[in-house]
Amino acid sequence: MSDLSVQSAPPVQTRTRSERWQRLKRNKLLYVMIIPGLIYFVVFKYIPMYGLIISFQNYKPHLGVTGSEWVGWMHFERLFHDPMFWTIFKNTLVLFLYNILFYFPVPIILALMLNELRKEWFKRTIQSIVYIPHFMSWVIVVSISFVMLTQDGGIINDLIAYFGFNKINFLMSTDWFRPVYILQVIWREAGWGTIIYLAAMAAIDPQQYEAARIDGANRFRQIWHVTLPAIRSVIIVLLILKIGDVLELGFEHVYLLLNAMNREVAEIFDTYVYTAGLRQGQFSYSTAVGFFKSFVGLILIMMANWLAKKFGEEGVY
Amino acid sequence: MVEDRSIASRLFDGFIYVVLILVALITLIPFIHVLAGSFTTTAELARRGFVLFPTEWSLTAYRYIFSTDTIFKGLANSMGITLFGTMFSMFITSLMAYGLSRRDLDGRRTIMFLVVFTMLFSGGLIPTFLVVKEVGLIDSYLALIVPFTINAFNLIILRNFFQNLPEGLEESAKIDGCNDFGIFFRIVLPLSMPAIATISLFYAVTYWNTYLPAILYLNDTNKWPVQIILRQIVIVATGLSFDDSGFEDAALPPSQSVKMAAIIVATVPILCVYPFLQKHFAKGALLGSIKG
Repeated sequence: MSDLSVQSAPPVQTRTRSERWQRLKRNKLLYVMIIPGLIYFVVFKYIPMYGLIISFQNYKPHLGVTGSEWVGWMHFERLFHDPMFWTIFKNTLVLFLYNILFYFPVPIILALMLNELRKEWFKRTIQSIVYIPHFMSWVIVVSISFVMLTQDGGIINDLIAYFGFNKINFLMSTDWFRPVYILQVIWREAGWGTIIYLAAMAAIDPQQYEAARIDGANRFRQIWHVTLPAIRSVIIVLLILKIGDVLELGFEHVYLLLNAMNREVAEIFDTYVYTAGLRQGQFSYSTAVGFFKSFVGLILIMMANWLAKKFGEEGVY
Repeated sequence: MVEDRSIASRLFDGFIYVVLILVALITLIPFIHVLAGSFTTTAELARRGFVLFPTEWSLTAYRYIFSTDTIFKGLANSMGITLFGTMFSMFITSLMAYGLSRRDLDGRRTIMFLVVFTMLFSGGLIPTFLVVKEVGLIDSYLALIVPFTINAFNLIILRNFFQNLPEGLEESAKIDGCNDFGIFFRIVLPLSMPAIATISLFYAVTYWNTYLPAILYLNDTNKWPVQIILRQIVIVATGLSFDDSGFEDAALPPSQSVKMAAIIVATVPILCVYPFLQKHFAKGALLGSIKG
């Protein structure tokens, strides 16, 4: 296979203009195949990027991007003086930290345990079960938690009452929003998250375990000295991706949990952009908020990648 | 490999078995609770609280939610969107992925960069909304499909899969007089069924679960997918939503068992496809996951 690919690669020194033209003509059907997809990316991904310029305008829908008045950095200045902006900034950051601290290690631990199983059927059964929630929508996940957590007739509160404690209003409290949020994330995603780690573990040479055992390593030390180092680079890549996602905490998920009572801890960038922009019609201002968010996300992923490379890892790009 | 049979090692195994069984139970119990609750009366739910198996069977909840055609309409909408959306996405995605998988294509690096960049940076909600509005998709089923035609991850996974097929295939097909379309539809696609099945499942799940796009782009409640209906029944009706976006207030908030039945109705279609495709997707998810 590899020598075939060498054959078909064009020789570099003969890359003249006419040869290039020949190749374009020969591949014209391939371009036809790519075009519909390319149009999609241009229209629904790149034109919205161009649309970010309305954050420097006083955008009026009837005037459009070309006709609206330019206002410079006004919306960004307003944003940095808006106390609500700093609340959502903090909320977004806290949810991100919860994700890194409480969610991120769970799939790794779960994968380490699954990897220790010798009975194939048991391993497969557990895997099939823990993957399922990933396929449920956030509406379903949040709905299931609502019927279980509600104060009238919810099983959790019934149990709390049965043991003689006071019922807790999980769904409308500022104290419980974050724990409920992260438990839902773990429940839905942890099983699915093991796939990639398990694949990395499957590639480890069994001789390494053999050697570790001869050196007297017990099972725990084998995990510590063989399995974990072997999946180190996968962990780092996924961590970078997660950091890049810092501001993408799942609009749907948070939006579904958000209510008037928990807003002060639950409002994040996306939900704020939605309410301020689409529901209150402040197009330019909320585009500025979204722009800030996208920009910070890009910077963070670049920084994380740079750090990973500095520590001798491959990084994601 | 010699098994480690020491007591410490067996204890270690025992510990792992116990923990993993617990994890599986924690995953399953909410479903079982909701399923059991949907088949019983609210009275029994109130009396026993923790129901894993109903003693009094009742279809009242299902009869109630199917008494109007709201849920039926939602299910029909979701099925249409899922079916049409998956086919449309697969068609456009696999064509583009195949084109980009061919190494002799000029400009493919540039195009790949453009694709990957959309995963790192985006115009965000409002500019995207304005584009969708500008192209006239508001209040059309297509608003839930066309703006989501290609998922960049899925595209990359498929491209990597096509790229790993032996190149000799194409060479020999070309010698036999096959053009690129012929090669793709008659040779590459049939050979790629595991990858196609996996990515189709991913698209189908996304379309079945579509919710936010409907909130953003559909004012016409007749076109709402089942996920929004579910939200109205469980979350909005309970008074726990941030906004009650124009849903007529039900005279009585639905009972626990009605909410549970609604959850089951919205979940079952996805659970039905799961066992069939399950064996593919673990492998499929890895096809292109690490090396983006």
